[in-house]
Amino acid sequence: MVNKIFQKLGISKLTKNMRSFENYKDLIFVLTQKEIKLRYKNNVLGYLWSIAHPLAFAFVFFIAFKVFMRIQMENYQLFLITGLFPWQWFSNVVTSSPMMFFGGNGPIIKKVNFPRSFIPLAVVLRDTIHFILSIPVIVLFLFIYHKSPSISWTYGVPLLLCIQFLMIYGISLMFSSINLFFRDLEKLVTIFMTLIFYFTPIIYPVSMIPERYQFLIYFHPLAPLILNWKNLFLNGTLDSAYLVISLAYSIVFFTVGYLIYKRLSWRFAEVL
Amino acid sequence: MNEPVIIFDNVSKIYPMYHHFKGGIKNFMFNLPKAVKSIKNSRFEALKNISFEVNKKETFGIMGRNGVGKSTTLGLIAGVLRPSKGKVIVKGRISPLLELGAGFHPELTGRENIMLNSVLMGLTRAKVLRKMDEIIEFSELREFIDQPIRTYSSGMVSRLGFSVVANLDPEILLIDEAFAVGDMGFREKCIDKMMSFKKSGVTMVFVSHSIPDIEKICDRAMWIDDHGVKMLGNTYDVANSYRNFSTMR
Repeated sequence: MVNKIFQKLGISKLTKNMRSFENYKDLIFVLTQKEIKLRYKNNVLGYLWSIAHPLAFAFVFFIAFKVFMRIQMENYQLFLITGLFPWQWFSNVVTSSPMMFFGGNGPIIKKVNFPRSFIPLAVVLRDTIHFILSIPVIVLFLFIYHKSPSISWTYGVPLLLCIQFLMIYGISLMFSSINLFFRDLEKLVTIFMTLIFYFTPIIYPVSMIPERYQFLIYFHPLAPLILNWKNLFLNGTLDSAYLVISLAYSIVFFTVGYLIYKRLSWRFAEVL
Repeated sequence: MNEPVIIFDNVSKIYPMYHHFKGGIKNFMFNLPKAVKSIKNSRFEALKNISFEVNKKETFGIMGRNGVGKSTTLGLIAGVLRPSKGKVIVKGRISPLLELGAGFHPELTGRENIMLNSVLMGLTRAKVLRKMDEIIEFSELREFIDQPIRTYSSGMVSRLGFSVVANLDPEILLIDEAFAVGDMGFREKCIDKMMSFKKSGVTMVFVSHSIPDIEKICDRAMWIDDHGVKMLGNTYDVANSYRNFSTMR
């Protein structure tokens, strides 16, 4: 039954040799486990290193904007951290997405028939788990600034998690597939990520954007999502307009990404 | 008895030449008309109209020079490639044997790689855990099994690769130049294992440059040359013709 659904979803047109549902599940598990092991190299320091990255960023921006440029804002440090963690999750996945089918995965794609979409999925899952594990760090900083998590996190966090997951999974399916054919996509993505970072209200509040440009927020797929993360972490609120817009964007990204992947996936073994 | 499980019906495989993409998006955009034209015109026919069948429980050898389409044939059987023309029908679960443990990750330990590879081949984790000891035993690598694969020699890696496949319960086994590496003792063990597969009724497709190996193991053989079937039939006849052909050139 579940197998039929899997096949209907076209999870793998190539997979005519029957895999059981349990095998699909295990495959996702094992691939994700592999990614986690490779990232953290089996030690706690690995986790600390990847927490250190956004914190270092937060520190730099704090010095530059609060200390030097004297931005008028209360708890600017906290403001930075609540935006930088979701951004890091997004940016890690998207930046690594063009290379997902390379790096040791080539030979198995050429020889073994399995749903290729599981490889990006494993990377996205790894970074999702990492993001969830970094939420306690955010909580810690909230306490430092005499704030505390709100009850609305119980539904807000899973909701935003799902939206962002769908969005970045769609983007990685798209970029990882296309990069097999156009191998300079990786460089383009790196450049674009820098642009997107500064065009997203992460290190500055929306109120500082001149009013006549503020409507642009709605045309920026990532901005409403990041703003909601910040609202949720700082004030325990969700903006429903932002929520609907970001959900719509993530559905679009996922659909487009999946269609591109499906269109190209049967050629992967030819180009690798 | 003669129930075909792999059927190739007039199969052709044409690859577009992907080199125009290799310059990336930038080059593609700057040379758009030329690039589009080259996609349409430059093609490479890796297989031309080949037809053959492999029966259930049969051991089928494929021989031929480099670059004549042997690997493409295996790719089509494994289902990682699609035929451009014709039909490929495969009935049963396929276990490809990756040459030199190609599916292994160098940073993971032997044990972790066994798990990863077996699940990729279609087993469940529970089943692999049950078989883990047996696999490690077969590989004779117990002392190194919790070391990262990158510390292994190439012979050890191919040992581990074969041990995974040997314990898969394959229905159809695809072997591409598998135990070219490895010491004499282990090579013998591999041949023995293949013989026992053969006895227990596993269908095998065996691609090799080693004609003696094919002769030893296979019931029937196919000789591919110039992207088509040059000869198909009894292993000894095909092997002899191939040998004569090779020495003549």
